[in-house]
Amino acid sequence: MEDLSIKKPVITIRNLYKRFGDNAVLNGFDMDLFEGENLVIMGKSGSGKSVMIKCLIGLEEHDSGTINVMGKDIDDLEAEELDELRTEIGFLFQGSALYDSMSVRENLEFPLRRHTKKFGVIKDAEPLVMEALESVGLAKAIDLMPDELSGGMKRRIALARTLILKPSIILYDEPTTGLDPITSKEIVQLMQKVQQQYKTSSIIITHDVDCARAIANRMILLIDGKNYAEGSFDTLRKNHDPKIQAFFK
Amino acid sequence: MKSILIEIGELSYFAGRFFREVGKRPFEYKEFLRQCYNMGNRSLLLVGITGFIIGLVFTLQSRPTLQEFGAVSWMPSMVGISIIREIGPIITALICAGRIGSGIGAELGSMRVTEQIDAMEVSGTNPFKYLVVTRILATTLMLPILVVLSDAIALYGSYLVENLKGDVSFQLYFNEVFGSLEFGDIIPSTVKSFFFGFAIGVVGCFKGYTCGKGTEGVGRAANAAVVYTSMVLFILDFLAVLVSDIFYDL
Ligand SMILES: Nc1ncnc2c1ncn2[C@@H]1O[C@H](COP(=O)(O)OP(=O)(O)OP(=O)(O)O)[C@@H](O)[C@H]1O
Ligand SMILES: [Mg+2]
Repeated sequence: MEDLSIKKPVITIRNLYKRFGDNAVLNGFDMDLFEGENLVIMGKSGSGKSVMIKCLIGLEEHDSGTINVMGKDIDDLEAEELDELRTEIGFLFQGSALYDSMSVRENLEFPLRRHTKKFGVIKDAEPLVMEALESVGLAKAIDLMPDELSGGMKRRIALARTLILKPSIILYDEPTTGLDPITSKEIVQLMQKVQQQYKTSSIIITHDVDCARAIANRMILLIDGKNYAEGSFDTLRKNHDPKIQAFFK
Repeated sequence: MKSILIEIGELSYFAGRFFREVGKRPFEYKEFLRQCYNMGNRSLLLVGITGFIIGLVFTLQSRPTLQEFGAVSWMPSMVGISIIREIGPIITALICAGRIGSGIGAELGSMRVTEQIDAMEVSGTNPFKYLVVTRILATTLMLPILVVLSDAIALYGSYLVENLKGDVSFQLYFNEVFGSLEFGDIIPSTVKSFFFGFAIGVVGCFKGYTCGKGTEGVGRAANAAVVYTSMVLFILDFLAVLVSDIFYDL
């Protein structure tokens, strides 16, 4: 495998702390994401994985620690600069988060028309919408409403909505949870295709060992709010620590 | 008791945030118009039917008493004043609290729970402006319109009774109604309606936007929106009566 240590980091998190009342969720979490890699983060339900990536794009405020994304410390950014940075970061939400009241087309146009800084005013969004839909294989769904889609289709449309901004980093929050094994496999293949086509760096949060095996260049196990263990899929699987073994059963 | 005070504090903060953000650009006029249309569309029929029935029933029930005193000719002014001053605004507001307020609570609540609000924020949109400001403005504008409509339909219902039982002509009836009305009746009730609409929007949005996790959170948000709004409406109504009384004395 290629040596990742000479690659440049696109996201650096140091000593991240976050608590909700008495619930200390993150206790000094460290993480690097290097250019072009697929970093898988595993952790029990409720261990703070979603909270961590939400801190990363400024949806949640962290209590202390530093988060550096593409050379910018997100604490120093004004609202507009943060918006600009967010066009570079795609976020696939845990439940897809498609807007119920809008059709698939409007869902995809929404981020395009809103990020006017990056795209200017777009007269005809149709080609861009079609391109994004084709890359997830769902061009025919363009005029459907979200409640007419299956769970797997929703996940793909959500991915298309992320891709339409041509981000250089994609954050996947449990992309395969709630899907059957076959659909999960299709989504994983799609993620790999996207990574090759768009040359993205990704953070993938998952419970799904098959998904992790297929896609991970490197893994981090999040336990008790810290990065408990780090390494490739195979090295972690061979580790005898029972806390680590628990993830691979 | 403490939690009620905290709740009131948070609600005031939320309303304050509305005033801070309402002036900021860009104005989401498309979403605003869509909300106005939705609200009118969803409550028009209900408001109309209720108004009509209230006009009918109110007149039928007070007729015997007025007859006893030989005061049936006072009917149009009495009905007109009570409907326009009090019954029209409060009934319409309560219906809209149930229909629109709970709808807003449930919609925003489910958007919060399914992370649609977060998704909006990372899409370069201020969700507070896009979702909350537009809805509050829409309820504030639409409620007075619905009130005027419901007043008119209620008066028509009342006229039908008078026409059947007392042979009063349309022109005579409405001449009587408008003859007895003064600006002192119309202005306070219109101003009151704006406040009612504002209250419905603010409470519904507050409950939905700050909704707790899970599907029960959504149910609770919708329910609390109706209960709290109704309470706020009665308090506002009481305050409105106090204030307009002061103006009468001047
Ligand atoms: N807005 C919030 N307010 C209070 N507590 C919160 C909030 N968001 C998350 N938490 C708490 O933080 C902890 C971590 O939540 P998080 O959603 O990050 O878990 P997760 O690791 O993503 O789990 P899952 O795999 O189930 O998605 C949980 O205990 C949760 O209750
Ligand atoms: Mg999660």
